[in-house]
Amino acid sequence: MGKIYFPENMVIYKFLLSSPQPSSYVTMAKETTNKRKASRAPSSKKKKVVKPPTPPSSPGASDDEVDSGSEVGDSDAASSSASGDEMKKFTDSNNKWLKMKGDTSGSDSDSDSEASISQIERDAMILDKEKEEEAKEFEQDLQRQRQDQTKIFHLPTQEELEEDEDRVVPPTEIRERVEEIIEVMQDFKRRREEGRSRSEYMDQLECDLSEYFGYLPELIGLFLKMFSPSEALEFLDASDKPRPLVIRTNTLKARRKDLAQALIKRGVNLDPLANWSKVGLKIYESTVPIGATPEYLSGHYMLQSAASMCPVMALEPQPGEKVLDMSSAPGGKTSYIAQLMKNQGIIVANDLKVERQKATVGNLHRLGVKNVITCCNDGKNFPKVMGNFDRVLLDAPCSGLGVISRDQSIKVQRTVKDIERTAHLQKELLLAGIDSLNAKSKTGGIMVYSTCSVSVQENEQVVQYILGKRDVKLLDTNLKHGKPGFQRYQERRFHPSMQLTRRFYPHTHNMDGFFVAKFQKLSNKERVPQGEEAEEEVSASDDDDDEGVQMDVEVSDSESDVEVSSEKKALRAKFMSGVVLPEDDESLDSDEEEAKEEAPPKKQRWEKIKKGKKKKQEKGKKEPKSKQVAGKPKGKEQGGGKKKEKK
Amino acid sequence: MRPLTEDEMRTMFQKLSTYIGKNIQHLLQNKTEAHAFRLLKDRVYYVSESLLKSAPNLPADTILSLGTCMGKFTKSKKFKLHITSLDVLNRYALYKVWVKPSSEMSFLYGNNIPKSGLGRITDGVPQYGGVIVLSMSDVPLGFGVAAQSTEVCKELEPTGNVVLHQGDIGEYLRNEDDVF
Repeated sequence: MGKIYFPENMVIYKFLLSSPQPSSYVTMAKETTNKRKASRAPSSKKKKVVKPPTPPSSPGASDDEVDSGSEVGDSDAASSSASGDEMKKFTDSNNKWLKMKGDTSGSDSDSDSEASISQIERDAMILDKEKEEEAKEFEQDLQRQRQDQTKIFHLPTQEELEEDEDRVVPPTEIRERVEEIIEVMQDFKRRREEGRSRSEYMDQLECDLSEYFGYLPELIGLFLKMFSPSEALEFLDASDKPRPLVIRTNTLKARRKDLAQALIKRGVNLDPLANWSKVGLKIYESTVPIGATPEYLSGHYMLQSAASMCPVMALEPQPGEKVLDMSSAPGGKTSYIAQLMKNQGIIVANDLKVERQKATVGNLHRLGVKNVITCCNDGKNFPKVMGNFDRVLLDAPCSGLGVISRDQSIKVQRTVKDIERTAHLQKELLLAGIDSLNAKSKTGGIMVYSTCSVSVQENEQVVQYILGKRDVKLLDTNLKHGKPGFQRYQERRFHPSMQLTRRFYPHTHNMDGFFVAKFQKLSNKERVPQGEEAEEEVSASDDDDDEGVQMDVEVSDSESDVEVSSEKKALRAKFMSGVVLPEDDESLDSDEEEAKEEAPPKKQRWEKIKKGKKKKQEKGKKEPKSKQVAGKPKGKEQGGGKKKEKK
Repeated sequence: MRPLTEDEMRTMFQKLSTYIGKNIQHLLQNKTEAHAFRLLKDRVYYVSESLLKSAPNLPADTILSLGTCMGKFTKSKKFKLHITSLDVLNRYALYKVWVKPSSEMSFLYGNNIPKSGLGRITDGVPQYGGVIVLSMSDVPLGFGVAAQSTEVCKELEPTGNVVLHQGDIGEYLRNEDDVF
């Protein structure tokens, strides 16, 4: 019997030793000792013997009395405790109302102790069982997982899909299929279905994604080319969620700390934007409209997305400079520039549309910006309108593929054709912007190009085109967050310095999709497309990375034009080539000229390129001349052909 | 874009002087950089010299605004101050009125300021003198004319007007199209 009791006894003993203060158990023990100090039976379980001879009606009072009792040797006494006989007697007389503390079941003290043992055992068994079950479940899970991983997902065939056409397929089903396909794509070798090709899976994925998210299929195709399937899914998911509302403190009028306090007083819940911005505040929720508080009206802050602060930070305008913002409406970036310039120097805020510029004028006045000339010109006219800027910012019009969460209509309205069209416009604007820069500026000569699109056509390809066209190099944007630009996209390979450009994504940065590139203009020279042009065009779509680099060196060596405008260039070309070029009259436009250079038929061009690669150093002025002559008759046609090839 | 004629100058200065009095000379002899007034499509702009030098490079008909817009000449050749001039006015203002937070919003919706909303007022404001209205935390909210002189204001009943509204920063939202 003693043995049986032993474990429980031990527990109590330990408990008493470890507990410095008299707990309820201790008081119980004390009491038993007081009652029967003399008797020393080892077996004892005093626990339930709590009750003093006092009437059951006042258990609390008795506890108190006991507390005041002797403390010496309490623990010893407790461990030795009362004899079984006494206990029995005691418990018997009281067992109707006596209960072990915490014991819910026991009524009879003997059976009670036995029950508690078996209960412990039972508990242990239950625990064991649970553990076993868990282990089993875990194993089953593993197996299931293994099965899942090796299970072959059945890709619906053409016929099955046709059958499905009649019924409405629930979105959850599509989503499931999308996820299955993505899983298969990650381990295609093992998990593909016999006889189905990767492109079949991709087609189905594209089709499902466009249906599930409501995009035009060609846009989904575009994203799938840029991202891995799982990343594309993340991107599409993130594009459906709204971005947090962000405001920028206008340091011309307020400090961020004061502004935050004032807004919190009005019941706005906000936080600093991120560690890379000293002026941004993120708004979680607000009881007042953020665009109509007295602070907003008095110009202490501007509503501006996190992404659109980045290009200005990359631009780093200095006080006293002359800066051009080529597409300024509605004035968020312009006012940020003014704020960084401390209202000194000159900013020309240009935008094509008068209606949009009205908002710019309002915002700039509200924010207390005083050094801006607001105007409405076509950005493409720019070096003619005004030039010699220290810094130029071009936030180009774009397809908006990075801001789908703001404008859902982009999903169905943009087509690949649109993207090509905007890319063309962007190239024109960027050329104009670079031409309006003063390369000799002591502090600047910086051009920043940004778009709110993620497509490569509007970003890397535009930058690549400019690198080949003007004497510029890419600079680090100093934006530590953000991912480096692509250096390869499908069959295209870009200049190695393309990694200095920055991309921002909704799914990784919780910002709008954005692209920022920063150029330094090295000289006012133009890279006139001569013999090298053809070569470079090809190298862009060639696998040869080094080609681009070599090109750079070569071009800046061989060309020494100082003209800025295309007319002058044309005149100079005439002069250089002397008698040979009577056709110049018709082509004053740089585009046409370029077309002319592209003129030799494809085969011929390839041969020349090959030749060119071999004897790059020998390249003299003769070659371009002969090319021009050769190409003359077919000029325009070939130009068209080249454009196609590029895009 | 052209400089103001003598007449226009006089009309405008008359208006300005109700708010900033003789401080107009500080406007004309700005210590940091020389500034001048220019007229562009009825609007008068307060422009720094460096902007003035660059502006002619741009085609005149494409310029929408430069520097700070002070106000415009109406068809009847009167001068109307715009809210965009608030920064300049506030800097040189003679008379100021501070408005209690409770009636701040009411003023920003274009209402006059009653005595009950009056927090503080500069001493010695004459009746119909131009005042700048600020919030209790010194943020400029707009401008107007004093309906009563400071002395009379003290004995005014709570509903009586202290400042008659002329312009407030709420206009940036309310009539963006008219002002710019």
